[in-house]
Amino acid sequence: MCRFSPLSLPLICMSFFCFVLSPIVSAGNLKVAVAANFIAPMHKLIADFEQQSNHQVTLVSGSSGRFFAQIYHGAPFDVFLSADAEKPKKLVDLGLAIPNSVFTYAYGRLVLWSADRKQEVNAKTLSEKSFNHLAIANAKLAPYGKAAKEVLLQLGLVKQTRTKWVVGENISQTYQFVASQNAEYGFIAASQVPNLKQGWLVPENLHQAIQQDAVILTRAKENSAAFELVEYLQSPSAAVIIQDYGYQVASTSPVH
Amino acid sequence: MEPILGLTAEDWQAISLTIRLASLVTVILLIIATPVAWWLTTTQSKLKPIIGAIVALPLVLPPTVIGFYLLIAMGPNGPVGEFTQSLGIGTLPFTFTGLVIASVIYSFPFVVQPIQNSLEALGKRPLEVAATLGASRFDTFFTVVLPLAKPGFITATILGFAHTVGEFGVILMIGGNIPGETQVISVLIYEHVESLQYAQAHSLSAGMIIFSFIVLLILYGFNQKQKTIRVIN
Repeated sequence: MCRFSPLSLPLICMSFFCFVLSPIVSAGNLKVAVAANFIAPMHKLIADFEQQSNHQVTLVSGSSGRFFAQIYHGAPFDVFLSADAEKPKKLVDLGLAIPNSVFTYAYGRLVLWSADRKQEVNAKTLSEKSFNHLAIANAKLAPYGKAAKEVLLQLGLVKQTRTKWVVGENISQTYQFVASQNAEYGFIAASQVPNLKQGWLVPENLHQAIQQDAVILTRAKENSAAFELVEYLQSPSAAVIIQDYGYQVASTSPVH
Repeated sequence: MEPILGLTAEDWQAISLTIRLASLVTVILLIIATPVAWWLTTTQSKLKPIIGAIVALPLVLPPTVIGFYLLIAMGPNGPVGEFTQSLGIGTLPFTFTGLVIASVIYSFPFVVQPIQNSLEALGKRPLEVAATLGASRFDTFFTVVLPLAKPGFITATILGFAHTVGEFGVILMIGGNIPGETQVISVLIYEHVESLQYAQAHSLSAGMIIFSFIVLLILYGFNQKQKTIRVIN
């Protein structure tokens, strides 16, 4: 870099400003993009992390596909918790994430759920009960949607239920469809269900593991707070919180 | 199926659905909005500001608010949902009918306001003249008001149609993304983008930009022409 365009001047000023300010702000600031299904446990994890470490973390929740597109176009995130294993890997391939930083923070569990408390939901519900709508997440966008489709396939219910599917763009919207009782039943993430007894926790052998990977993005390669957060997320105390929300962590889940 | 113009069968289905939705909504809106605009123009009632504000509400509200409340209201425990269930037609979310109703609400001000503006611009004079010549109110409306207020109606038609085509937030909330039923262009573009199918997203999005530009071009070209005619007269 020996030639500067006039446009780079403000950038230089800004980085200089940051450089001057950085010793003043001793704790690091982190922006973390979190897949919608994991936002509830993440709030709790971050509260714990901030207490331990003094760092400031800003959480942004949304769909992994949108985050991928935003990161690709320069969104200022330091850490990305995806709902799948594919996108973090892709970001590494594109040089947008740090190669060795990919790790599995949780394995998601799928639940068939109804917001109607009088309904008991179990393995036979979909084949025996009559209903108008079954909410699932979009299989193209959400790993939970893909898993839900696999379950229906395994149970041999695809043909029978297909016309009743209503598709949420992510798992939060799918939850909303069921919670508002517009759909009688829906496949959602275990982490979203207020009371697991009300739903049917789908056995893991009915679908591919919902492996949720996280990665540190290239722009945070000098940010020690990002590495501390990633270390924390793999710690035993984090595992307890993650499991509390119906997820499994690497050590408790079968190797796939 | 072979893609046509870079668009798949799924894309074309969404396009045809969107056009069907927007056309139907526009026709319904013109029928409902005309008497409302007429009432707002002619009334002396104290209710006028209140009704006017209610009509304009969708202009201000974020689509997510409208979508969220529609989802609740039209759901099995909402007032609209209970009504439609008692009629034996089930609930409206995730159906084409539901989208039509939501779009009518969402695009309402875009149709009422141009009509109202052009009716107000007419003033009382043509109506009084028509009345002195013995025309009934019905007659007056169809032979005097409608032709004179034509620009307002055309603007309202174009805006109502275009605004429904561009609708996204409300449909995303209550649609359920069902191909051929509720999967309109904007929702499909969103799905393409989110699932990283950027090439498909591009062809549909570029189509939307061209469409919107042409619509606005017609609208402004038309308004320009109207002004010129008025100046000449």
